[in-house]
Amino acid sequence: MECNHEASSLMHKYLDGDISNEEEKKLRLHLEDCEACQKHFRELKRTITLLQSTEHIEAPANFTANVMNRLPTEKKRMKYGRWFKAHPIITAAALFLIFMMSGVFSAWNQDSELVVSKQDNLVIEGDTVIVPEDVTVEGDLVVKNGNLVIKGTINGNVTLINGKLIENPIESEGLMASAGGVNGELKHVDQIFEWVWYNLKNLFRSIFAF
Amino acid sequence: MEQFIREKIKKVKKGDQSAFEDVVSFFQSKIYQHCYRMLGNAHEAEDIAQEAFIRAYVNIHSFDEKRKFSTWLYRIATNLTIDRIRKRKPDYYLDAEIKGTEGLNMYSQMADEGRLPGEEVESMELQRYIHQEISELPPKYRSVIMLRYLEEFSLQEISDILDIPLGTVKTRIHRGREALRKRLRHV
Repeated sequence: MECNHEASSLMHKYLDGDISNEEEKKLRLHLEDCEACQKHFRELKRTITLLQSTEHIEAPANFTANVMNRLPTEKKRMKYGRWFKAHPIITAAALFLIFMMSGVFSAWNQDSELVVSKQDNLVIEGDTVIVPEDVTVEGDLVVKNGNLVIKGTINGNVTLINGKLIENPIESEGLMASAGGVNGELKHVDQIFEWVWYNLKNLFRSIFAF
Repeated sequence: MEQFIREKIKKVKKGDQSAFEDVVSFFQSKIYQHCYRMLGNAHEAEDIAQEAFIRAYVNIHSFDEKRKFSTWLYRIATNLTIDRIRKRKPDYYLDAEIKGTEGLNMYSQMADEGRLPGEEVESMELQRYIHQEISELPPKYRSVIMLRYLEEFSLQEISDILDIPLGTVKTRIHRGREALRKRLRHV
């Protein structure tokens, strides 16, 4: 057996626990004959013993506390992400609410044009709707994005959205203006929440109408 | 213990930062020692060991729970120490010979820590000598030898930690052992 290479490679196999029974026998036989290899083997084993005898070092005091202090605070995005994953139903409800609200808001913002429910005999001047003196409107009247002047009579409910009811368009006609009348409810809607409320009420009313 | 760490890691993954505290205190001395042996000084060792835990925390979601946490942690620590060694300038080495002197290096210029009488001095001297010999090994042998004999990992685990083939681990261990044998022969 060649001392330098083969024997030393067997020694390392032995030290790694990789050696087969046959190889071990071969190594033992060689070691009995070869003093140089015996010495080599002893030195290797002693090296390992020395390495294993070294004492362990302890981490400095406060090491854990220092690490904990240096940890990044959790990102808010992460926190929310985890929260959403943990509460899928609330997340779904919130999303639904957001879409619904945005739908209502865009409906509110979209039409800034004057809209008047279809009634005969109404006079429209710019963004003012006038119910002339001698006219009686049968049914409900809805005016959106415009003012309403009532000189005649309305036999129904009046809804004003984003507009004003002008009682006295011309001062000299003050007395005459009072001649106008509404034989029904007069509703005024010009805040967005009222608009939402109005829409919801309409929705429920239409549901219960069935 | 393995199970204890596994539970803690699960909690950390769920966002429980305080569970990580137990993980750190369980591994602190091992990781600190590993960094100390790799780097050879306490200041850098503490810095890098802390960094290793912080990296582990930040990247906890990339840790595969089927694997061993200790292996993963040692891998982070080892990579950080090797990076640090690479970034060092050669003249930072304490064992570099001082110009114009013979056999004098920075170690001999440092004040000795408090000495103890008698046999304890001998054993401490021996310890210090062994550590110095380990620290003079090239980093790639040093890491393998330390993981095998100071931290008692199996060859397969070392292969996982260093992300090198098992055969390479064996070769490095053989060479490291031979190198240390020559250095420690006269002790």
